[in-house]
Amino acid sequence: MPPIDMGTEEGRIEALRRMYRIRAFEDAAGDLFADGELPGFVHLYKGEEAVGVGAAAALEPDDYITSTHRGHGHCIAKGLDTEKMMAELYGKANGYCNGKGGSMHIADVEAGMLGANGIVGAGPPLATGAALTAHRNDDDRVALAFFGDGAVAQGQVHEAVNLAATWGLPAIFLVENNQYGEGTPMEKQHNVENLSETAEAYNIPGFTIDGMDVTAVEEAVTEARKRALAGDGPTFIEADTYRYEGHFEGDHQPYRDEEEIEAWREKDPIDQFKQRLIDRGELTEDEFESIREEIDAEIDAAIESAQQADPPEPHEAYEDMFAEPAPEIAQFAELPRADGGDRR
Amino acid sequence: MSTELETAGETETMTVREALREAMREELRRDEDVFVMGEDVGTFGGVFQVTGDLVEEFGEERIRDTPISEAGFVGAGVGAAATGSRPVVEVMFSDFLGVSMEQITNQMAKMRYMFGGKTEMPVTIRTTEGGGQRAASQHSGTVHTWFAHFPGIKAVAPGTPAAAKGLLKSAIRSNDPVMVFENKVIYEQEGEVPTDPDFTIPLGEASVEREGEDVTVVATQRLVGETLELAEDMADEADLEVIDPRSLYPLDTETIAESVRKTGRLVVADESPLSYGTHAEVVARIVEEEFFSLDAPIQRVGVADTHIPFSPDLEDEVIPTGDDVREAVDQVI
Repeated sequence: MPPIDMGTEEGRIEALRRMYRIRAFEDAAGDLFADGELPGFVHLYKGEEAVGVGAAAALEPDDYITSTHRGHGHCIAKGLDTEKMMAELYGKANGYCNGKGGSMHIADVEAGMLGANGIVGAGPPLATGAALTAHRNDDDRVALAFFGDGAVAQGQVHEAVNLAATWGLPAIFLVENNQYGEGTPMEKQHNVENLSETAEAYNIPGFTIDGMDVTAVEEAVTEARKRALAGDGPTFIEADTYRYEGHFEGDHQPYRDEEEIEAWREKDPIDQFKQRLIDRGELTEDEFESIREEIDAEIDAAIESAQQADPPEPHEAYEDMFAEPAPEIAQFAELPRADGGDRR
Repeated sequence: MSTELETAGETETMTVREALREAMREELRRDEDVFVMGEDVGTFGGVFQVTGDLVEEFGEERIRDTPISEAGFVGAGVGAAATGSRPVVEVMFSDFLGVSMEQITNQMAKMRYMFGGKTEMPVTIRTTEGGGQRAASQHSGTVHTWFAHFPGIKAVAPGTPAAAKGLLKSAIRSNDPVMVFENKVIYEQEGEVPTDPDFTIPLGEASVEREGEDVTVVATQRLVGETLELAEDMADEADLEVIDPRSLYPLDTETIAESVRKTGRLVVADESPLSYGTHAEVVARIVEEEFFSLDAPIQRVGVADTHIPFSPDLEDEVIPTGDDVREAVDQVI
């Protein structure tokens, strides 16, 4: 995927395309889950697209990110391929993780995407470590941790930010405050009004920004990246945003009402940015329609490809544990199957 | 004497502590991607002085003092390893590993597998185990069973200075996560250690420390030395074959099985709790593979499922020693 340079018209259109790609991928994933097509759990990012794409626009392709339960948006923002993502959601062999990770663990370490994560708050220490590698190699890379408002209550997040701040590492801590930690509202989990206030404790800059505005996110992360590369250490950014769907697909959501969701939908990041581009004369409704059609077709093709793709072979369950396999596991790949067939 | 020492060329007498420090020194010199971090590892030299003077040669960027925050710095080690660094992370006491358990079990151990093999995880975690210092139960634990049990982690526990050096070097060079469990009571133990900077001991290879005909004793960490002494004391009564598995996962079942085929008798001695543990794994493998070679029921020597108490009288009661190994040997002959 091309880079996003928000300073150019092409870059702005690409940002819109990428936000829409997330929306289309997730609409499809939600439908497929409801139809019983996808195994496991699915946690959707819909509504938060401006945060992922705004941050990705401010990063260079070599930069590292860590992610959350809601990783689809971060993957697409970082430029990952929707066909391989969809294959992973289906648990197929050609998915990003060869079917071993699923929706909650998509990763592409080569691309700097260090994994969606099933553990709340586990990403920031990993980002601190990636920032430490960047610092040691002095290679002008930064590491950005996406994490949710719920994760801010986790001790390991505090430890990670403290460590990165104390060591002056090129890290960016980006809280996606989507207002709910699973099924409990933000104000029942934290005794501060803005989560960015916690930055004071580490003596690093902390900002709360409009996470429904892709430009605001891009600007804040660009500043944070500059600071990081100048050797001035991490920045703590809170992006106020909203999760349109439940914590997981199938969540009956007794904790909020439709009115609240509708109020946030009024500020939809895609609609807002699309309108801004139209007002500036950089986009027409027709042009947006053709972007939609093109991306919808891409997602349809990804689904069809994933449906037709081969599942992993049973023996693959015993592979990928170690770079140098342990005999304890390797033997299972060679045992005959319980049904009498050959594992290989 | 193990085969490594017979073929490794020149040796030098050093303590386990010095052997570990030399392993780090050599690997830090060999590979710029290697660095050490942990609480007080720099100027202080490590709480047990294992990192010693390394900071003088390599500086604070490569011998990094961390805040007291195991989840944070162990996790940072995992993130650094996933991005091409080769961190050696010291966790002061193994009892504190619980604080960083999330990063070890859900991140370090699972990332490679969950990502379909598309990342390496060259992280080494060094930590101290063992009682005997009257330090009470939060600073005396032997917990390697937790990690040897957990899929995705390699675990080693040296019993001699040579094993300490060779295994730590292999751990640092490995692209897999390796946890090195150092018994703190044997840091002063001396032995011959190869000086060749390319001397390593492969992960997953046991060492026959003493050959014998009558009873196989699989002993780990401090109990290796105590069992070797016992073997000399008991030479008139029974000829003990003493095996240090060194690597708990992967575990060299074949070397132990071969010994049991010869002796027909097995004692397993390890300073971890007896139930569901390290001993049980060795016993299970031998029962599966060598049941018909056994001439007597197998005996286990370990901690009887207590924590390690403070009072010297109580601690001496629960910590297994050579005397306990002797009782077990008496049971099988």
